[in-house]
Amino acid sequence: MKAARFDYLFLAAAILALWQLCHWAAGPDVISSPAATLERAAQMLASRAFWVHAQSTGSAFALALVIAISGGLALGLWLGLVRFAGDVADPILGSLYSIPKITLYPLILLMFGLGIAAKVAFGVIHGVFPIAIFTMNAVRNVAPVYRRTARVLGLTPATTALTVMAPAALPEIVAGIRVGAALTLLGTLIGELFASTSGLGFALMRAMDIHAVTDILALTFILFAFAACLNAGLRLIERRIRHGS
Amino acid sequence: MPAPRLWKSKVALARMAFVAAVFVLLELLCRLGVIDRVTMIPPSEMIAALFDILRSGRFNADIAFTCYNTLCAIALAICIGFFLGAGLHALPRLRRMLDPLLSAYYAVPTFVFYPLLIVVFGVGRTALIVIGAMFGIVAMIVNTVLGLDRVPPAVDRTGRILRLGALRQLVLVRLPAAAPHLVSGIKLAVAYSVIGIVAGEFILATSGIGKRVAFAYDNFDNRTMYGLLLLLLIAVMLINGCLSAWEKQLHRRFGQQ
Repeated sequence: MKAARFDYLFLAAAILALWQLCHWAAGPDVISSPAATLERAAQMLASRAFWVHAQSTGSAFALALVIAISGGLALGLWLGLVRFAGDVADPILGSLYSIPKITLYPLILLMFGLGIAAKVAFGVIHGVFPIAIFTMNAVRNVAPVYRRTARVLGLTPATTALTVMAPAALPEIVAGIRVGAALTLLGTLIGELFASTSGLGFALMRAMDIHAVTDILALTFILFAFAACLNAGLRLIERRIRHGS
Repeated sequence: MPAPRLWKSKVALARMAFVAAVFVLLELLCRLGVIDRVTMIPPSEMIAALFDILRSGRFNADIAFTCYNTLCAIALAICIGFFLGAGLHALPRLRRMLDPLLSAYYAVPTFVFYPLLIVVFGVGRTALIVIGAMFGIVAMIVNTVLGLDRVPPAVDRTGRILRLGALRQLVLVRLPAAAPHLVSGIKLAVAYSVIGIVAGEFILATSGIGKRVAFAYDNFDNRTMYGLLLLLLIAVMLINGCLSAWEKQLHRRFGQQ
């Protein structure tokens, strides 16, 4: 454990050193120094304006995540349980997952206008497909004997899904939610970049417009730290479930 | 279990019917005015607009610009990503540390760094290619590491018995053995590179499909916009479909893993 902590310290030092070298090589117009960026990030975290934006992003992200998870789970469970529907939908889901959804921003903007609805919609279309795909595959990979047992016990499809398939497929599903949560955040931020008047993505866009290098890096740093924590937390849950079952 | 042949054709038929139904539904909704024309034009008109664009050739330069940039970005992402992934796979301690960073990478729109790249490279293709490659590379790294994990130990040992050097062992033995996962990585790298480049073109560019889409959007030119969007989506789906078929074939050849 102590060795691991030392490793992380070393990694952080290496990243900071590399960052500083890039700063010296490329100049302050391209990359602000780590010290200046972290200082700016600390200033932001202490300011009210930042938290107003953060709250706007946070509520949009939370709403998008709830919709993406419930929609993805429902779709994935159904497609995993009904083999025919799953086979039909598999490549369709795959291509929906892989299309660059950023190209749909004009469509989303025209449909939802500027505001929270567009951001949420952007987050959902990014997050819902990976969650559905992971859930579908998780359900399909459940050992057939579980399903046969459920049939022998005469469980209804709904009970089977809830009490047999969902717990058996849970670790994989949590992995899907982890991937989906990251992409939902990406989608929400992209939505804010292109289609919004508030939120951290909007703050980023404004910083880009006036070429405030330190602001861009500080905001990205804060967002990245948040995403890494979220991801680490979900991974912890995933590991606990895997060991628990 | 039904006969696989019959099952497959039934599935394909149902899939086509489903896609067709979605199209017809959209067409009807647009024609009946449930979705107004300012929001979306009927799919049939999008297809007509796409044909107009291709026949008139007025966007050929932009299409070529975006295609060329995307290809360069993908090539860079795949090559560099593969070797970085192989390096990371060889260093499990570093891998464990970087893991949370790599999995959080796609939660943040990296293309916000695009304006900074413009300062370095100027407005032009280099900055776009770099941002596309930056966005695609991590998918390739992650999938390379996963793929190398799945290389059967026997294959690895055979290579070592044949006394291959580290590079030849990697390229001649482990790369083909990890191929199915590498193709998954390529698929994602393509998707993310396109996102990076199109986003860059939306933000600031001299030409390119993304730039034309943004321009058409700003001018309420829905026909051009939807024609170009359709072109972009069809191109990406075609590439993705081909790669998926290849992936499936590789999975079959290397056994279910």
